[in-house]
Amino acid sequence: MGTLVQTLASSSSTLSTYAAGLATHEGEAHAATGVTAYAWLLVALPLLGAAVLLLGGRRTDRFGPVLATALSWGAFVVGALVFLAMLGRGAEDRAVGINLFDWIAAGSFKVSAGLLVDQLSMVFVLLITFVGSLIHVYSIGYMEHDADKRRFFAYLNLFVAAMLLLVLANSYLLLYVGWEGVGLASYLLIGFWNYNPAYATAANKAFVANRVGDFGLSIAIIVMFFHFGAVDFATVLGAAGSNANQGFMTAIGLMLLLGACGKSAQFPLQSWLGDAMAGPTPVSALIHAATMVTAGVYLVVRSAPIFEAAPTAQLVVVIVGAITLLFGAIVGCAKDDIKKALAASTMSQIGYMMLAAGLGPVGYAFAIFHLLMHGFFKAGMFLGAGSVMHGMNDQVDMRRFGGLSGAMKITWATFAVGWLAILGVPPFSGFWSKDKIIEAAFIGEGWRPWVFGLAALLGAGITAFYMSRLFFMTFHGKKRWTDDVHPHESGKLMTVPMIVLAVGSAFLGLILGPTGLFTSWLEPVTGAEPEGAHPVIPVPVLMALTLVLVAAGGALAWLRYWRDEVPVTAPAGSLITQAARKDLYQDQVNEALLMRPGIHLTRSLVFADSKGVDGAAGGLAALVGGTSSRLRKLQNGFARSYALTMLAGVVAILGALWVMS
Amino acid sequence: MTAMSTVPWLTILGLIPLVGALVVAFVPGSAENAKRMAIGFSVVTLVVGIIAATQFDRASGKQFQLGEQHSWIPQFGVSYSLGVDGIALVLILMALVLTPICLLAAWHDVPEEAGPRGGQRVKTYFALILVLETFMVGVFAATDVFLFYVFFEAMLIPVYFLIGRFGGPRRQYAAMKFLLFSLAGGLIMLVAVIALYLQGPGGTDGFLIERLTGLSLDPTTERLLFVGFFFAFAVKAPMVPFHTWLPDAATESSPATATLLVGVLDKVGTFGMIRFCLQLFPEASTWATPVVVALAVLSVIYGALLAIGQTDMMRLVSYTSVSHFGFIVLGIFAFTTVGQGGSTLYMVNHGFSTAALFLFAAMLVRRRGSKRIPDFGGWQRITPALAGIFLVAGLSGLALPGLSSFVSEFLVLVGSFSTQPVATVIATSGIILAALYILLMYKKVMTGPKPEGLVGEREHDRLDERGRRGLTAVRDLTTREKLVAAPLIAAFVVLGFLPNLALNVINPAVDKTLSHVQQAVPNLNPAGTVAEGSSK
Repeated sequence: MGTLVQTLASSSSTLSTYAAGLATHEGEAHAATGVTAYAWLLVALPLLGAAVLLLGGRRTDRFGPVLATALSWGAFVVGALVFLAMLGRGAEDRAVGINLFDWIAAGSFKVSAGLLVDQLSMVFVLLITFVGSLIHVYSIGYMEHDADKRRFFAYLNLFVAAMLLLVLANSYLLLYVGWEGVGLASYLLIGFWNYNPAYATAANKAFVANRVGDFGLSIAIIVMFFHFGAVDFATVLGAAGSNANQGFMTAIGLMLLLGACGKSAQFPLQSWLGDAMAGPTPVSALIHAATMVTAGVYLVVRSAPIFEAAPTAQLVVVIVGAITLLFGAIVGCAKDDIKKALAASTMSQIGYMMLAAGLGPVGYAFAIFHLLMHGFFKAGMFLGAGSVMHGMNDQVDMRRFGGLSGAMKITWATFAVGWLAILGVPPFSGFWSKDKIIEAAFIGEGWRPWVFGLAALLGAGITAFYMSRLFFMTFHGKKRWTDDVHPHESGKLMTVPMIVLAVGSAFLGLILGPTGLFTSWLEPVTGAEPEGAHPVIPVPVLMALTLVLVAAGGALAWLRYWRDEVPVTAPAGSLITQAARKDLYQDQVNEALLMRPGIHLTRSLVFADSKGVDGAAGGLAALVGGTSSRLRKLQNGFARSYALTMLAGVVAILGALWVMS
Repeated sequence: MTAMSTVPWLTILGLIPLVGALVVAFVPGSAENAKRMAIGFSVVTLVVGIIAATQFDRASGKQFQLGEQHSWIPQFGVSYSLGVDGIALVLILMALVLTPICLLAAWHDVPEEAGPRGGQRVKTYFALILVLETFMVGVFAATDVFLFYVFFEAMLIPVYFLIGRFGGPRRQYAAMKFLLFSLAGGLIMLVAVIALYLQGPGGTDGFLIERLTGLSLDPTTERLLFVGFFFAFAVKAPMVPFHTWLPDAATESSPATATLLVGVLDKVGTFGMIRFCLQLFPEASTWATPVVVALAVLSVIYGALLAIGQTDMMRLVSYTSVSHFGFIVLGIFAFTTVGQGGSTLYMVNHGFSTAALFLFAAMLVRRRGSKRIPDFGGWQRITPALAGIFLVAGLSGLALPGLSSFVSEFLVLVGSFSTQPVATVIATSGIILAALYILLMYKKVMTGPKPEGLVGEREHDRLDERGRRGLTAVRDLTTREKLVAAPLIAAFVVLGFLPNLALNVINPAVDKTLSHVQQAVPNLNPAGTVAEGSSK
């Protein structure tokens, strides 16, 4: 149709005018030149991979996994080139807007699809493409014997594309496309082995919990458009800073937070993450640890001007973060399933990030910094867990592990680095990011620094306990193996990515943290750290306190899970342990409050609809048709004359009218 | 006046399938041949439709284009007057795209009987679908209220026979229920149609929409007329509580009939609300808005909850439509350009989306011989490609961002918020329920262990004679089924990323409709203009 040509033509003309438009908005984004103009390839390459593998069918079985991996690395190369180009520009000229095409125009609602390549999105691009590509490589080894591995790699590529779209989108609406795209990929991969009904249920649970969050995100965008008349970052965030109505900002902020809670498994929408471990382990590493689940933190940090205009919403972000970090940590202490323990840990660590993101400018950079560090060490540990499972016939019960350090040296060593990093032992990466969050949590006035600071501090101690428990139960102490296992080290395809991630976990924090490289890089987006903000407890004391608590947690774990014998069946445990094993009864609460009433409601409605509503309508129909016996007669074929009857009726009425006039 | 076109495009569009129907039904030859001819005629209609669409001028000041006008029954002011605005055009194109897809999907719906005239039943079935296509074009193109009414009722005839003669075991009951509900609505509308004429200027062309637009009616009369029209449209749409005919009709009719019924015919209800209720009775429309919006939101939630509780796949799909029609009505009665544009686009997208759900589900039903969801389970293991397209259809049904249905659903919500904030927030929660009804169905049908006694064709080929014992091979997608699926899925993706292809055509028409309302009810939306919410 002609309209297609017109649409395409108008998109290309707006491409050139768009940059000017953006620049006048905020003075933020500049026109894309050179390699940056090709940033759309970041999304297009993995998307192409997914399309080829899914549409190509079995013909692509042979080369599919390698193609997907190559395209993921291709996206990394594009990302790296864009990053280098960005480094070549001054700090204020780094953000670049790229308009792609006019997307939606209905009345006053006009949205064009475009990318925002700035310092914040670039951090994510590098994390996603680098860790994502490593995990593609690992998966070639891990999924080697799976008959459906082509489909697996297609979904992985789909995920990478959607995640990149999420972080590169220049409007909330396009972000939403990536946002649900990663949700879809997550759903598909959690349910990858959905011939197991429990796994299929886990996939549904994840999608539905995310949809509850997406309800929030939808409302946020709707209210945004109502208030600002636009949904792109430049307009919304620009206006949010200046003349915003606080009531609206609070509503938008809280609804965005609801979205973030769904995606990032934060309280009260956390319940899906543990079950999501049903997916193959590389998926847990990439999606449910390093990248997708951190998207909520990205959303909050990206929307900083909105939250800063809405102190109430900001406070709720901090509260959610604090609750979740303790919730996850407590649950992590009781889990015997290595993946579920890691999942609880992920939840808790994202709680730290969320807390930091809610603290405002003192926390943004560290939220993202911790997110980046966590992406390395947690992905590394998940890959380690996968390697252990590979060597142990896919068992996940840590009570049946123990003493694996000898059998799997590389896995043990790389896992050890991740363990030290998450504990925050200097100079490993977590030390530089998590300690900063604890410090930031202690900044402020009144009760807040004490409550949030102590929660963060306490969390560090508990983290040390449960992560050491996990590490010791798996790699140290007595061997508690079942008879049929013969643990062995995994192949190079799996160990090399683990080594690379371990190297990152060991040194990346040291390189980026104390040098101030990371905070100064993000400063144009997140704003400078305010001068003269000091924690209510002096920093050296805090640092010492943290280290003491970490040491205590580690020591306690050493006593109970290395020195003492670990029983192969879990002891009954205290009430708290029992509650923690059951994820603090999250599923029971959801079932009692939502599922069971919901099931009753739908059942009674189905009954009422067939009896009540339809009955009433049927009665009406009988009335129209005269009596029910007449109805039956009509059914026997008289209705064929319906058309004639009707026509006759019409003619009669028209005739009457004619006579009247 | 309706702009006279040099070529009577719309009449031609209506005539091609009608001629096709006669040829298919009466020209001797094999049933197979008749099917091919039917597809041929519908494809030609589509091609002509596309050519006609290129003649459509978006910037034209006239409301209706591509049309013609002839006196028909001048004594009663009835004209044969056709014409389309952007809203009608996109709906006609949607119907023209769906018809060949449905015919292709209907290939094996009716078994050929033995004997010399065994193919006649097949021919009748295909011919009836073509007749229906003629009426679908007519009902959207009519610019004379009486002509619209004639098409509105005439559509019932082929549908009645399609359901009653080519449906499932309870087809007679379903067909009669459909007929009686439609009749009830139609007859009340007929009274309103005639009464409206009497209120109008009269004359030999007194039934033309443009002559009946902007009448200064007595408020009570206007409201009564509005109710007369609205009731018929609410039954057709269908809105809760007038929806109960739909699940029966959809599950008892053949999948192709169900698709055209829910995908196209029901749109006449929501189309009628825009064209007749809003344009002819603007004051009454705003008067009725609180009730209509309440019913719309009720439909969204109630339809979704009912869908969750269904055990019959076809009934489930039809309840999802009740929910989706709730969104469409909400957008229309939001009286904003964004909302109404979204609703119109929603009508198009829903046509494709619901076609995919019905037709793909039918592919499963055909293989399994049952519509009951509990009779399935684990089918992803034996028919992976079918599972894939079924999931895509489902994702379109739950309005996944990136697919076309998301754009329209979001436009409805974002466009309704400024005038109906509470209703919009409640309706938005429908997205959670949508995830439930789609994913629960997918889980029950596709996931879980491999079904007993069945085996995928590829695995079947690998097994030896002994291994095959007691196992029935199930084919994955056939070429014909792929041809059915491909255009629908392409539509999801293309309209998901380039919705402006349709919106650019729709927007001017929406502006015109709302300007009629604006003229009659100047202070319609005190918060801002009719067009949008407050923007700063």
